[in-house]
Order: sequence, then C-alpha cells, then structure tokens
Amino acid sequence: MDAGSVNSSSSSSYLNAQSRWPLRDQFHQKKSSKENLDRFIPNRSAIDFDYAHYMLMEGRKGKENPPASSPSREAYRKHLAETFNMNRSRILAFKNKPPAPVELFPPHFFSSQQQDKPTKPKRSIPQTSERTLDAPDLVDDYYLNLLDWGSCNVLAIALGNTVYLWDASNGSTSELVTVDEENGPITSVSWAPDGQHIAIGLNNSEVQLWDSTSNKQLRTLKGGHRLRVGSLAWNNHILTTGGMDSLIINNDVRVRSHIVETYRGHEQEVCGLKWSPSGQQLASGGNDNLLFIWDRSTASSNSPTQWAHRLEDHTSAVKALAWCPFQSNLLASGGGGGDRCIKFWNTHTGACLNSVDTGSQVCSLLWNKNERELLSSHGFTQNQLTLWKYPSMVKMAELTGHTSRVLFMAQSPDGCTVASAAADETLKFWNVFGAPQAAKPAPKANPEPFSHVNRIR
Amino acid sequence: MASRTVTKDIITLRGSAAIVSEFFGYAANSILYNRGLYPEESFVKVKKYGLPMLLTQDESVKSFIANVTAQLSEWLEAGKLQRIVLVIMSKVTNEVLERWNFSIETDSEVVEKGVSREKSDKEIMREIQAIMRQIASSITYLPCLDEACVFDVLAYTDKDVAVPFTWIESDPKLIANPQMVKLHSFDTKIHKVDTLVSYKNDEWDEQ
Repeated sequence: MDAGSVNSSSSSSYLNAQSRWPLRDQFHQKKSSKENLDRFIPNRSAIDFDYAHYMLMEGRKGKENPPASSPSREAYRKHLAETFNMNRSRILAFKNKPPAPVELFPPHFFSSQQQDKPTKPKRSIPQTSERTLDAPDLVDDYYLNLLDWGSCNVLAIALGNTVYLWDASNGSTSELVTVDEENGPITSVSWAPDGQHIAIGLNNSEVQLWDSTSNKQLRTLKGGHRLRVGSLAWNNHILTTGGMDSLIINNDVRVRSHIVETYRGHEQEVCGLKWSPSGQQLASGGNDNLLFIWDRSTASSNSPTQWAHRLEDHTSAVKALAWCPFQSNLLASGGGGGDRCIKFWNTHTGACLNSVDTGSQVCSLLWNKNERELLSSHGFTQNQLTLWKYPSMVKMAELTGHTSRVLFMAQSPDGCTVASAAADETLKFWNVFGAPQAAKPAPKANPEPFSHVNRIR
Repeated sequence: MASRTVTKDIITLRGSAAIVSEFFGYAANSILYNRGLYPEESFVKVKKYGLPMLLTQDESVKSFIANVTAQLSEWLEAGKLQRIVLVIMSKVTNEVLERWNFSIETDSEVVEKGVSREKSDKEIMREIQAIMRQIASSITYLPCLDEACVFDVLAYTDKDVAVPFTWIESDPKLIANPQMVKLHSFDTKIHKVDTLVSYKNDEWDEQ
C-alpha cells in the first residue's frame, strides 16, 4: 500500500514528506514558484504552518487531503489512485454469491454465476468418446487451427487442401472447398459468429471468406500477410488474422480496403488468437513463447501497435487460449512441449493468477460454459484430454483414446459436446461437459428479452 | 472504576479490526436497504451507532455478509486489506451501476510492533454515525435503480495474500466515466476508512 513507502515514524520531516508524494508535486511547485528565491532563507511569515502541521500529522499516514482541494478533485484523485493501484493489489470476491432478490423475473433470467446449487447431483463423465470419425490427411502441425464448430451446429475441419463440413444435427458431411495444390494446404478455419460464413486461412498467405449455405466464395483477403495464416478470430465484422510473418491484422470484412489495424509485437509465427467474449480484448500467442493482450479500444485510437500486456511467462509456444465465460478478464493459456503449463491471467492487470504443470504439451483449451471447469488437450505421452475443476485445478477426468497428440478441440454451440481432432487422423466426440438437459440454461440468451430495458438508461 | 474508563480509550489492532468489519456489515445492510435491493419487509430495525439501523433477516444475505465480514476482519488484523467495495449490478445485464468504495489505511506500526492507540469509542461512533447518515441520505442524489439489481463485495488485499479457498480473484467491476461523491471518513487511529460512492453517469440529465 501507499502508506508502506512512507516513513511512518513521527520524526519524518516536512521535506521528507514533500519529496515522497508524486501525486502532489504539482501542488507544491505552484506554491514554491511564487517565491522565486535563489537560496533558501527561512521566512516564518511565508511558511504555512497549518499545512506543514497537516503534512506531519496526517499526511504521513498516506492520506492526501490538501486543504485547497475540492471534493470533486479529491474524488478524481481517488479514481486515479485506484487506476494506478490496480497492479499492486489483489481483488477478491467471495465465491458464493449473495442471493438475488425476489423473483420479479422468471428464474432462468438468473445469470449462471449467481447460482451455485450445492445440491447438484454428481455428473458422471463418460470415459470414452461418443463417436469417432475419420480425418484423413489432417495436417500434423501444432501451429495451425483446423477445427471449428459454428453457432449453426456445423463442424468445419480442414483436411489437407479441403474444408469439410459436418452437420452435427443430422450427421451429414459435405465438402465446402478444395483449394489448388499451390495455394494449400489450408492452415486455419473459423466460423463467423452467425454460423453461416466461414473464414479459411491458406498457406499462400491469403484468407478466403465463404458462405456455407450457398457454398459460394464471397471474397479473398490478400495483401495483409506475407506468409501462411495459421490463426483466425472473429469479433463481429472484424476478422483478425495471425500469420507466420508474426503480424496480427484486423480486417473489416465489409469494406474494400479491409485492413483496419495491424498489431506488431510478436517475433515469430502467431498460432493462438482469441477475442474475449465482450470483444474488448484480444489474446494472441506465438511461437516466440509470448502472450499478448491487445485492447480494442486503445488500438483503434492513436497507438495501433501498443499492447495492453506482454506476458513472457511461458517457456514454449503459446497456442492454446481460452477466455473464461463466467469471469470477465480471466484468460487461460497453455504452453507447448517445453513449457507444459496452463496459466491463468487477469487480463485487466496482467497478473498471472495460477500456473499448473500438466506434464505434457498443451494443444488446446476449452472452458465448460455450464460449470466452472476447463478442458485441456495434450500430446506425448498420453495424448489425453484432461478435465480440470476451476479454480482448484483438481483433475476431474482424463480421457484417453487418441493415439497421437490432440491438436484441436471445438465445442458444440450448446456447450455440452467437445470435438477433438488428433494427429492420429481421427475426430472424436466427447460428452464431457454434461448432457444438454442437465445443464443450466445458457446465460447468453438471458439478456435478450430485457436488453431494451437496459438501453433506455 | 477509574481503570475501566482508561481501558475503554485504548484501542488494539484486534478491536479496530472488529470495529471496521462491523461497520462494513452495517453499512452494507444500510446500502442494501436504502438502495432497495431487497424488499423492505426483509429488514428489521435495531439501534446502533446511536441511530436506527436496518438489518436484513434474509438468511442467505445474512450469512453472505457474515462470511465476508469474518474474512475481512482477519485481513484487517493482518493489515492486508486495502479496500472493500460493494458493487451493485443490474441483475439482467450484470452492468455495474454503483460502487461503494471503502478505502482502508492501516497504521503499519501497530501491525508490525503490536502497539495500541488511544481513541474513545464515543468519538469513533460519532464518526461512523456521520457516514451512516450520509449513506441513508444518498438516495436523494443517486440515480434510481429502476431494474432488479444484485450486489457483490470485492476485497482489495495486498499482493502477498493467499487466496482463501472460498474466495476467487475478480475483476474490479469498474464503472466507465463514473460520477463520484466522497462521504465522511472515520479513523480508529489504527484503521482509517474513507468512503466514496461512484455511480453510472446519467447522460440524460447532463444535457
């Protein structure tokens, strides 16, 4: 705390107190500049004894309250101090939330975090996959992102030069596109939030946008990257692309000159890219072992290359990234073979909250949308999926079945089923996050009926 | 008899922590009542700080506040608590509408050397009373909470505090561009508590 740095013994002198308070410098300078003397001659009539007394008796305890300050100025100063203080304290909240007031709204309008039912029956986690599909020619490359499950319940997977769509509602498979040999292979796929449009990153540094319902290509984004595009992330109409050229580019897919921002910070290939649920922060991980947090708001103003946080704690490539769905500003990141750690971050302060050595390369991470759980997928030696309880990080289940590293995972729109694609060229489906009917209603749908109420304010 | 009056004015770290955490308990109750988070019927009147204070009878709210204050008092005794914030959020959107901010400055000498300080209960009580009156009168300037709201309590602690099992790390739940009003302070000579309420700027009134 601030007070800690101040000499708290009553012998602290006026000068001492004066030099220790950076926030008050301005105030003092104003005072002393009035009497522009070339040397110090004590002048009793010029000394503000009340102020000096205050500095000695009150100021030493860290409370700043210059007699001249107005309440609003004081409040502003507090706000400033609060903002600066952020990195020096921990912010904690009691886990069991207070009950919401009487039911003016139907119970399903509760956000999920308000309710922690202690009486919840134990969920049994199936140890085997529910279904296995062949995924021939799946490129065994840690740095790519070849699997995504869209909001319309269609799974997209890139196998070699072809993107296949698997409709989870009826199990039908279709081919979306096969790119030419010289442009391929496909290095990333990502569904737009509407679940209809899909972005495809290519080895030739281009990104294609497709309409999955009509199987038509809408446009090609080129000129942004010089090398393959291994990671993609959507934020409304912004498609963010991360390349082997270490650049991250925000593309506005609606406009002709689509490059709106470029984030420079990585020194090697960008392999992990995720926007926070609020769309305010982007997390990016690279082969340079770096994890960056970029603020959307600051980026769009004047300093496009300035990151919010540059986090160097991982000792291997950072590919697995997952934003917590129930706690804002909480990010989980996983390190590659040399690191093997899952780390948790407060992206507001940049503080590392926890780090767990998993014993194996972390290829991907997914949060359970309905419970406080995290699923990680791994490589050598077990090639397993591990389910962790958060925040205790107790292992709840280890799911084995893949015979080579589990490169990619994707979550069904209802949050219950997880698809995993591994280097053994199989795609497995796991009911690891519980059956839909047992799950609480998705909090996402909650704000809708009353969102207009909110906008009135 | 004379010795009793003397001991009364001596305040220890433990006693100060108890005063501050109790103050927070009453302040939280008062805020919940005055801001209408829970129905009026669920509160009962008690006499405290020379004022009629309202306390919730809702068992779960009661136990939440009791759990929180118990932990706060532990941190206060260790001199590790920097701030307590009671956050009022929209129940539907979770948007933060109000933050009641209680900043705490601890006399580190007391924590480190175990010395005590002198201040009469009466004087402390008078200072707290002034804050309680301000909380009750805050409804005159705070914007109406015209939707169902929930609350949460955040504790800002020193970095080196081990997170208790029943607590989790939280984001600060800040309000963008808030209005702020500073309330009175009280000082036990060991813990100094500054109260500040910040709330969502109501742009409609500004124009």
